[in-house]
Amino acid sequence: MKNVNAAKQNREGQWVDVCAVEELPPNSGVCALVADSQVAVFYLTKDKTIYAVDNYDPFSKANVLSRGIIGDVKGEVVVASPIYKQHFSLKSGQCLEDASVRIATYPVRVVGDRVQLGHREAVGQPFCRR
Amino acid sequence: MTKQTLVVIGNGMVGHHFLETLAGSDVRDRYEIVTFCEEPRLAYDRVHLSAYFSGKTAADLSLVQSGFYEQHGITVHVGDKAVAIDRDRRTVTSEKGIEIGYDRLVLATGSYPFVPPIPGHERKGCLVYRTIEDLEQIVAAAQTATIGAVVGGGLLGLEAAKALKDLGLDTHVVEFAPRLMAVQIDEGGGAMLRHKIEALGVQVHTGKNTTNIGDGDERRHKMQFADGEELETDIILFSAGIRPRDELARAAGLETGPRGGIVIDNQCRTSDDAIHAIGECALWNERIFGLVAPGYQMARTVVERLAGKESQFTGADMSTKLKLMGVDVASIGDAHARTPGARCYTYQNEPRELYKKMVVSADGKQLLGAVLVGDAAEYDTLLQYCLNGIELPIDPDSLILPQRDGSAGFGLGPDALPDSAQICSCYSVSKGRICEAIDAGCSDLFALKAETSASTGCGGCAALLKSVLDSELAKRGLEVNTDICEHFPYTRQDLYHLVRVNDIRSFDELIEQHGRGLGCDICKPAVASILAACWNDYVLNDEHAGLQDTNDHALANMQKNGTYSIVPRVPGGEITPDQMIAMAEVAKKYNLYTKITGAQRIDLFGARLEQLPDIWKELIDAGLESGHAYAKALRTVKSCVGSTWCRYGVDDSVGLAIELENRYKGLRAPHKLKMAVSGCTRECAEAQGKDVGVIATENGWNLYVCGNGGMKPRHADLFATDLDRETLIRYIDRFFMFYIKTADRLQRTSVWMENLEGGLDYLKSVIIDDRLGICAELEQQMAAIIGTYQCEWKTTISDESKRKRFRHFINSDLPDSNIVFVDERGQIRPTREEERKHIRVAVVG
Repeated sequence: MKNVNAAKQNREGQWVDVCAVEELPPNSGVCALVADSQVAVFYLTKDKTIYAVDNYDPFSKANVLSRGIIGDVKGEVVVASPIYKQHFSLKSGQCLEDASVRIATYPVRVVGDRVQLGHREAVGQPFCRR
Repeated sequence: MTKQTLVVIGNGMVGHHFLETLAGSDVRDRYEIVTFCEEPRLAYDRVHLSAYFSGKTAADLSLVQSGFYEQHGITVHVGDKAVAIDRDRRTVTSEKGIEIGYDRLVLATGSYPFVPPIPGHERKGCLVYRTIEDLEQIVAAAQTATIGAVVGGGLLGLEAAKALKDLGLDTHVVEFAPRLMAVQIDEGGGAMLRHKIEALGVQVHTGKNTTNIGDGDERRHKMQFADGEELETDIILFSAGIRPRDELARAAGLETGPRGGIVIDNQCRTSDDAIHAIGECALWNERIFGLVAPGYQMARTVVERLAGKESQFTGADMSTKLKLMGVDVASIGDAHARTPGARCYTYQNEPRELYKKMVVSADGKQLLGAVLVGDAAEYDTLLQYCLNGIELPIDPDSLILPQRDGSAGFGLGPDALPDSAQICSCYSVSKGRICEAIDAGCSDLFALKAETSASTGCGGCAALLKSVLDSELAKRGLEVNTDICEHFPYTRQDLYHLVRVNDIRSFDELIEQHGRGLGCDICKPAVASILAACWNDYVLNDEHAGLQDTNDHALANMQKNGTYSIVPRVPGGEITPDQMIAMAEVAKKYNLYTKITGAQRIDLFGARLEQLPDIWKELIDAGLESGHAYAKALRTVKSCVGSTWCRYGVDDSVGLAIELENRYKGLRAPHKLKMAVSGCTRECAEAQGKDVGVIATENGWNLYVCGNGGMKPRHADLFATDLDRETLIRYIDRFFMFYIKTADRLQRTSVWMENLEGGLDYLKSVIIDDRLGICAELEQQMAAIIGTYQCEWKTTISDESKRKRFRHFINSDLPDSNIVFVDERGQIRPTREEERKHIRVAVVG
């Protein structure tokens, strides 16, 4: 499949511009297409942090995690799958119900008013404190 | 090992209980089990027989779960009476000619109603009150009658009087003794009971010896009494006590008592070791036990004996508590103070129509008996004092005197009860057994009832059971944590109250003031529902959108592959051809899979997130609106076609269903709500399987509540009868708001009611009698919700920023390429996993 985001890739190569910060709904998620990956992007107002993980739910095998409810389980910031309700850490991608399952995370940064995502599993900040 | 044959004669309450207990025991497999049932139907609940007149059917009263006997390999001969026992050959012969050899025989033949040999007692219209066939005859006779008389003012006689009253007859009770319920209660209690029953419109005649029944001048019969007075009536119901059915045993030469009854020993054995007798046919220690609990005890004794245990039947407590025509009456132990040296305390309150008496031992330390009329709240406590020999407080009368200083009184705490204390007498469940069940993990009433059967018989011990549960949980430091989740130290009910009282309008406000952390997928949807039930804002407002559960989040039902299904509202199931065409056109255009739902609607499957607004634009333009199938809210009001078309319908069920659906549409609740309206008692809309069901009668509407289908189906309970439309709607308004206000999250109305202390009666007192004084408030809150209804999809499509939520990608208009369908039976379906391997999926996470 053609990489529709090629045009949006900035000069640093690694970072992909996805949307303006104000396009992120507060305490909720959106899905961004980055290269061939679907990325769930969440904006948590309480700690003013943007998190990015895979949108693909390995349990239901559907691209739905951006539509899950976010919150915390004993302090760990998580998204709950909207299909079968497993929780995934937004910082590490670890599934809380099944130690053998982890989803990928993505580095996030904000440049000006734009949200940018790094490559899948790339080393770097998994989230961005504004 | 070859199996022995065990034959049970009689399939009444006790016979069935015996089989049920045997089927659940270790020795079940040792026997080939055969039972004879004289009546045309399997065992049913004779204790609650009068419920037949307030709407219950024979099926509702049945005690035998469908398939129970088949499942346990028990052979039942229904409608076939055992007519002979040959003890030498050890065989039983039935009326239809079946002959079966037995190794063990259990007689559970019950009793028959005693009809005094008054001249004229066999006249047409002279009936008895024991079987469902008797009830059918009473109903038939009542159709052409205006006056009914019951001969016998005992417990059953008053039940029978209630039945006649429910049938709309002018009702008389004729009692030979000088007072009502002479066996169970004393003179003072009997007088109070009479006063209360007469106030309900039943005429009571005590000290009346009927000498003749002949033709009446005005009515069908004339009853003549020894004192020269007369009573004219159309129906005479004899309820003058019971006599054991011992004719089979007698003919077989078993020992019987001089006044009837099959003589048994402590093992419930008759004079023939191979034959047992249990229930009302058995005579133990020269006594017949006319209550169900002792019969059950005998049944258990026999099963335990078969299993080789040292079980004995050593008599039974005959204490009773019941509601007669709405009047609480209770009798404990030695109610007549016949024990030598016994002394009494009596409290009588004429304005409030209360009568309470305690009988104590000569030293004042033990409770021997009690009588309660008008209010039996102290029954549980007094019974425990009496049965367990617990020493009375220094001022014993404090137990029955009203507490005017606001203190809780001297009720016996559950801690004071020994482990042997019997909590449930119907199923003989001790406090020790309940504690075991709690240790095994039962932490609520629902689980406890299922595990121990406690409180599933007459239900009289429900409050006591609850207090034992609470106290035991607290003792284990296990007081069930009722917090909704780790973010709020509150129950759902508490949160509802906080939101209402403090005028809280958002989740952020609530968690900041009353919670901690970020919230989660438990508390967020629960709070979203509470906020909607209180303030009814648009659910996808910025501050609410992130709280919504999977389906509310997209105002559609998410399916396994991440696509959605769409259910437009079809109020009452009434739909125009144009609306059907509009739906069909949308389904065709977007290639959606279509299916008729169980709730008289049409479901369109396979819509992608980004298609939802366009699809809804077209549906709304065609005059359709959101069906809220995605929400914990009112779903649908199912209806039959009703009197408009149906030859049998007695009222317009479709019209009422549409009115109700439009009234409550969009109402957010702790769980989904389903309703139905049937136009006659044939019940084609299955209203008795809904949270709220309405059935048309000749005189208005009957209201049923707290039914559901699903995993644990439950029939709804009759809540009120013959209501006019206005009252009906008022009750439903109150019922829904009270449920929304007090239920736990994801608790259907059925479980909610079963966990309410006092259950259905309590609910009636709140909704009908306004016991809590909140009905006006509930109605007002409902009016506010109805007044602020909006079609959420209409609001969504008319706001560009809201429509944006429905893109799959925030940075691309491409669809999710992981969603792939294949064709099946001419429509789409999601690919299965193995099929997907053969289809190249370009975009994966």
